[in-house]
Amino acid sequence: MFEKATPFILEGFWLTIRISIVSLCLGMILGLITCLFRMSNLRVMRFLSSVYIWIIRGTPMLVQALIIHFGIPQVVNLILKTLADGGDYKKFTFTAFVSGVITLTLNAGAYLSEIFRGGIQAVPVGQTEAARSLGMTAFGTMRKIVLPQAFKIVIPSLVNQFIITIKDTSILSIIGLTELVNEAKQYVGSTYQYMETYLFVAACYLVFTSLLMLLSRFVEKKLKYAKK
Amino acid sequence: MSELCAAAAADPNEKKIIISHLKKCFGDHEVLTDINLEVANGEVVCIIGPSGSGKSTLLRCINRLENPTAGTIIVDGNDITDKKANINKIRENIGMVFQQFNLFHNHTVLKNITLAPIDRKKYTRQQAQERAVELLERVGLSEKAASYPGELSGGQQQRVAIARALAMNPDIMLFDEPTSALDPEMVGEVLAVMKELAAEGMTMVVVTHEMGFAREVCDRVIFMADGLIVEEGPPDRVFDAPKEERTRDFLNCVL
Repeated sequence: MFEKATPFILEGFWLTIRISIVSLCLGMILGLITCLFRMSNLRVMRFLSSVYIWIIRGTPMLVQALIIHFGIPQVVNLILKTLADGGDYKKFTFTAFVSGVITLTLNAGAYLSEIFRGGIQAVPVGQTEAARSLGMTAFGTMRKIVLPQAFKIVIPSLVNQFIITIKDTSILSIIGLTELVNEAKQYVGSTYQYMETYLFVAACYLVFTSLLMLLSRFVEKKLKYAKK
Repeated sequence: MSELCAAAAADPNEKKIIISHLKKCFGDHEVLTDINLEVANGEVVCIIGPSGSGKSTLLRCINRLENPTAGTIIVDGNDITDKKANINKIRENIGMVFQQFNLFHNHTVLKNITLAPIDRKKYTRQQAQERAVELLERVGLSEKAASYPGELSGGQQQRVAIARALAMNPDIMLFDEPTSALDPEMVGEVLAVMKELAAEGMTMVVVTHEMGFAREVCDRVIFMADGLIVEEGPPDRVFDAPKEERTRDFLNCVL
């Protein structure tokens, strides 16, 4: 009987995997930019990044998802309607996937930026001074000397945040994203096989996060600054 | 041995570094009060003095790792205190060796030496690598090209750091207590490289506690205390017949 459900649940699992990967990749970029803003000499940039981190950290992701999925399209449509001035306009909506990616990216970006900042600050200042004394630019120094070393330092925290983001995808069932938990809930609704189904769901997450942990261990080993 | 630094055939009348009325404060704390100093082409100047006298700060102002509070510093004819000065370009001509070596941990020895010359487009990849091999040979570490800094002893790391600075083909070399973090048995190997460099006519400013090196190698000794140059002169004169009380006290303690 369980076999009938598996394809649906696996489809949900696949969506969970896809949305996690897309959001984490975008979140890494957003996190890095935010972190560089945060460490910038310009006050405006520091202010912008602080406000962003403050809002994301201080509000539940569930509420953020609801605002992005339902709130923002409503406002946009109101504006479109006004602009159309009684005429026709194309209704604006986010798909659950797009809202989900935005929510997860904004979240991961905020937390990752703090992780990156810690990593960059953990690289001894002498590394920067040595590079600058050779005539390298601040940007070149960051890219070739500081960031590679910071990256190695933050791998454990990075993996931790990745795992949190992966698990947070389950929250997105609230906006109708048919990810792993949502599929399982629908299945359980007609079969009442709570234990089997939810254990299976848990196992899916465990497989995904375990693979990630293995990958991080591999990368960490690869980045050891020594000959084999 | 081939001449790897282009500083030879120096015109001793040409001033490489001209520092006038340099002042540096960290917050309320005045580290350098009023420094005036000229270094001629090919000259080796040693700066000695007690801890906290501002020796390292003075050295770090010369390549603007510290921004001077007041005064001017002219290096190779360029006013580096000018906000519009292209400091990266000027720094290419000023090599620096640090107390803590500061080799790039994430790169091999070879990459440490070739990274900046390639990044700054001073040499092509191939030229930079050939040069790195020559420099490593010269500091006696050819077999370590593929090692990471963490696998080397302190003395070896410092010799690589000197090679790295020389790879940019600088006119001036700054040494910030290059042997202070080394085990005693490794001091000699680093000083030997520095001596060779001095003999080739490199312009050098060396902050050091190695009085033997200062006496033997340098053309001029500068004694600093409390952010001021208290006394300067040829090493024999300063070490054997110091004029100032403070210099005598200091030398009595360290010699």
